[in-house]
Amino acid sequence: MMENAWLIPLFPLLSFLILLLFGKRLKKASAYVGIIFTLASLIFSILVLFERFSEPTYMTKFEWLTIGDLHLTAGFEVNQLNALMLFIVSLVSFLVHTYSKGYMNGDERFPVFYAYLGLFTFAMLGLVLSPNLLQTYIFWELVGVGSFLLIGFYFNKEEAKAAAKKAFIMTRIGDVGLFIGMILLFWETKSFEYSEIFKAVDSGAVSGTMITLTAILIFIGAVGKSGQFPLHTWLPDAMEGPTPVSALIHAATMVAAGVYLVAALFPLFLASKTALLTIAVIGAFTAIFAASIGLVQTDIKRVLAYSTVSQLGYMMLALGSGGYVAGVFHLMTHAFFKALLFLAAGSVIHAVHTQNIEEMGGLWKKLKLTGPLFLIGTLAISGVPLLSGFFSKDEILIAAWEGGHPILFLLALIAAFMTAFYMFRLFFMVFTGEARSEMKHVHESPNNMTFPMILLGVLAIVAGYVNTPWFGSFFGDWLVDGNPALGHGHIEGPIWIMIAATVVSLLGIYVAYLMYFKRSLSRNWLSGTGDTLHTILLNKYYVDEFYQLTVIAFTKGFSYFLRFIDVFVVEGLVKGVVGIVQGLGKTGSKMQTGQVQTYGAVAFIGLALLAVIFALTGGYLR
Amino acid sequence: MSSVPASAFLALALILFCIGLYGALTKRNTVIVLISIELMLNAVNINLVTFSKYGMTPSITGQIFALFAICVAAAEASVGLAILIALYRTKKTVNIDEMNTMKN
Repeated sequence: MMENAWLIPLFPLLSFLILLLFGKRLKKASAYVGIIFTLASLIFSILVLFERFSEPTYMTKFEWLTIGDLHLTAGFEVNQLNALMLFIVSLVSFLVHTYSKGYMNGDERFPVFYAYLGLFTFAMLGLVLSPNLLQTYIFWELVGVGSFLLIGFYFNKEEAKAAAKKAFIMTRIGDVGLFIGMILLFWETKSFEYSEIFKAVDSGAVSGTMITLTAILIFIGAVGKSGQFPLHTWLPDAMEGPTPVSALIHAATMVAAGVYLVAALFPLFLASKTALLTIAVIGAFTAIFAASIGLVQTDIKRVLAYSTVSQLGYMMLALGSGGYVAGVFHLMTHAFFKALLFLAAGSVIHAVHTQNIEEMGGLWKKLKLTGPLFLIGTLAISGVPLLSGFFSKDEILIAAWEGGHPILFLLALIAAFMTAFYMFRLFFMVFTGEARSEMKHVHESPNNMTFPMILLGVLAIVAGYVNTPWFGSFFGDWLVDGNPALGHGHIEGPIWIMIAATVVSLLGIYVAYLMYFKRSLSRNWLSGTGDTLHTILLNKYYVDEFYQLTVIAFTKGFSYFLRFIDVFVVEGLVKGVVGIVQGLGKTGSKMQTGQVQTYGAVAFIGLALLAVIFALTGGYLR
Repeated sequence: MSSVPASAFLALALILFCIGLYGALTKRNTVIVLISIELMLNAVNINLVTFSKYGMTPSITGQIFALFAICVAAAEASVGLAILIALYRTKKTVNIDEMNTMKN
């Protein structure tokens, strides 16, 4: 089965091509095309995953390009991480395809939406199968294109257009880092292949500074894709896209690509303490930074977006602390519960046609299925015991503690409190109390929308049990099997960490309960509306404004300068040449009077001149 | 037999040619222009005859060539005048300045 893994990305590509060619004719049936092809991918992925449990890594490659003595190869690899990512991506993609059939119903560009979804899924699956950096980079960019198309799907909306451009440009900034890092690695090791690179790094063929430099450059690429500080601002804006897209791209798959890249190149990062520390610090900072913004946002999807940024920061923190298993584990559980939360949020938006949580309320009774599912997702992300998020978050905290970063550990703990608080703030504001605005025709979503949510809800509960301190760390052992460098399957940590994490998350829930359900605690308890702190948080620490004033203003100034040169120097030159030629032409055409006598005179004068020259020079021009 | 030097014939031809050229380039009346062209042709004929008698290798060819030129000039004059009359009929003028339809 594993030797046929290359088929997995081809199914969505086929779906994309079919919908591109026949989408207009298929109309609504295009949903079935997308669903069937992603289902095929999912089945293959599951088979590959199960086969990978018992068999060693499969890898195949062929020569792609030969330039001199340079051999570039292409191929695919099924190791533990790849097999897991294949499963996650194809599962979420399949569920989102199913969900979109209900959510996007009635949209006039319905087939186009499915075509884009196919393209994105193809790129993402191709990315996780790549055995070398070059192939990764190609799919990495394709993923960016897919994301751009899907965020800007409502392209007649100004914000969506701007968000699509912002997402593309911001991630491109990171990609430049990745590209330079990739080329430097190639320069040093003469290979793009992961295995060759790891071999070179292991044998000490690459100098320490070079490893640190390339690792950090590659991490910059991951920062862009995974929305880490300071390139995080595109992710919340990307919520302008349709909600299923947010679930697929901006929760479960594409934003996880950065984490995946760091995990895939983990031996390289392990070789540099500085790079690991950078990752851990950026991750921890992003986790608390984004969580604090999430505390005050009023758009349901933006809260989830900031929570995604924050959770991705967690994963980075785990990887940076050397907790390979913890990072990948959280990547998996987060994919399930965050996709669930986004799909449930989409279901809420579908029902009430607004994204502002201030206008919602009391939906628990009206949305009998969405409500409990949203609660499951909320409990999971808050790290309430017995749900998946609890186990993975616990692993991360232990990894941070054992990695020797007590300060980062503290930051992560505070972020966990904030996460629990803002998620339950969201839950209470949406589902409890009285409706704060008039809402008509509130209805539960159709079956094809609730089915994916139910499946994800089940996974959000049970996915954590593959790797627990109580029932054994099967998942972790499997993930690092045959690769002792990646660390242990389970890191033993002090028991108080687990207790602290539980207490912190329950405390967050309790505070949210007091403030937003019982209302015994004023919402302005810590900081009033209009207060400085509140304003800063509401304006997302003015990062966008800061960029506007510095980078963008500088770029604009520079481009005005270039425009000036273009208009006055380059265009002036061109216009000068044009003017001279035109003037010559006009003078020439003025001479064409149509008067035979003038022509005769000119001819005669010419002849006379020739004769004079001839006479003066004796026939030779010297 | 004769005491008239070759240079006198050539000078006559030169003067005749210059008058013809001047007329052909400056006169506004098309008939005068045609006549001026005839003058230039005849200046050429004089040259031809002169050189057939006083040239480096005197031969009869020059005179025969002159006769040819006269014949051709006669034919040309008849065709030219015919065109001129046709032009006059359409344009009601013989002013050469107005015969510039080639331009547009």
